[in-house]
Amino acid sequence: MGSHHQIGQYQVRLTHSNQFMKSTDFNYISPHTIKDALQILDQTEGEVKIISGGQSLMPILNYRLASPQLLMDLQGIPGLNQVNISASGTTLGARVRWVDIEAHTKLREAQPLLCAAIDHVAHYQIRNRGTVGGSLAHADPAAEMPGLAVALEGVIHLVGPKGTRRVDAHDFFLGQLSTCIASNEILMSIELPFWPKYRAWGFSEFSRRKGDFAMAGAAVWFDLDKSGAASNVHIGLIGTGEKPMRLVAAEAKLSGQRLTGHMVQDVAQECLGRMSFQSDIQASEKYRRALMVEMISKAFAQALQPLKD
Amino acid sequence: MQVKMNVNGQAFDADITPRLNLADCIRHEMHLTGTHVACEHGVCGSCTVLVNGEAVRSCLMLAVQANGQSIVTVEGLSSDEELSALQASFRKHNALQCGFCTPGFITTAHALLTKEPNCDENRVREVLSGNLCRCTGYVPIVQAVLDARVAYQKVGAH
Repeated sequence: MGSHHQIGQYQVRLTHSNQFMKSTDFNYISPHTIKDALQILDQTEGEVKIISGGQSLMPILNYRLASPQLLMDLQGIPGLNQVNISASGTTLGARVRWVDIEAHTKLREAQPLLCAAIDHVAHYQIRNRGTVGGSLAHADPAAEMPGLAVALEGVIHLVGPKGTRRVDAHDFFLGQLSTCIASNEILMSIELPFWPKYRAWGFSEFSRRKGDFAMAGAAVWFDLDKSGAASNVHIGLIGTGEKPMRLVAAEAKLSGQRLTGHMVQDVAQECLGRMSFQSDIQASEKYRRALMVEMISKAFAQALQPLKD
Repeated sequence: MQVKMNVNGQAFDADITPRLNLADCIRHEMHLTGTHVACEHGVCGSCTVLVNGEAVRSCLMLAVQANGQSIVTVEGLSSDEELSALQASFRKHNALQCGFCTPGFITTAHALLTKEPNCDENRVREVLSGNLCRCTGYVPIVQAVLDARVAYQKVGAH
């Protein structure tokens, strides 16, 4: 009965007779050191899944979209929940939770765009358990953290049997729910470049209910020179495409310009017009495209607002 | 796997299978059926319990992950004799009809009011947006939670 197919790293079983809501059987282990965790990954035969907050993985297990033989929990490993802010940038440990980011006042100064975006992640109860590393490893293109990792040019730190590896967020995401993490590696942290105080930024997303996945979202930032022209324009898109992406064509068109609302809207419309958008029960392709234009416009309006004051 | 946790102030000790989620553990192993299970994938909020004082969805946590931790379910938020401030407020405002979602609302609201007893209506709405109710239309629930704030402001407890 049923059929099998692959979605990203997950083997999806579709059954005709019933919908599973309980996970398959697995073993569970909660190591106390990274060294032990790496050894477990290296020496275990069969599929091992790493669980952090579990707020994306648990539904996947309950739906039986994944059926690992072993679940390895990172909660017993100390030190993974650190936030480090320095002159070179900000490092967020893999087990930093959304609620930790929300409560961290210095982080809001050091990475204002990140914090504004993370305010939109999930609902109250989920924010108490969901983690930065879990969201990055899950790689849902509709989620805020992967989108922000790409928009902010983050660098992801992975550790494996041969030591650590640094991967640009741009290269880290391979597709929907798919990353370059090898089966014997663990995601340790993400490093975000230093954020200068004068940098302009804006974030806007739309979902039917706050905390739900975004139907469209945009994270933008740029620097202004003395003449008022924008440089270093970055536009990260959330909720579209196979993986988190930047709207590179629009970034190029807007760089070097004295930005206005009309200009941003025209460029966004033109660049998004060439892209395909999902069409489903929630919204048509046309609606989603128009929504994304609106989110980009709103994000730029927010970025430009303080400059008018 | 052998687990030990504190549930509503009492020690709980059991040998459970790793795939058992906390919600099912609470209902089937601890026999505390006040925690209700609906969507089982983290959308509806009806299975909300407190883990170390924080509201979490017990369907999205494995029972083995709660090993050594302190759990409070809706049963732990009131005595058998009298209604808690939140319960009384829900009753006063008719904030429930069928009552299925109510334990999730009570536990979530309790966590919120314990940490933020002076929260405003926007904050209450934002936090409760993670819980689904199909009967009330939410207005009475929001009113009930706002009305219960005073009890938490005074004593910092239910």
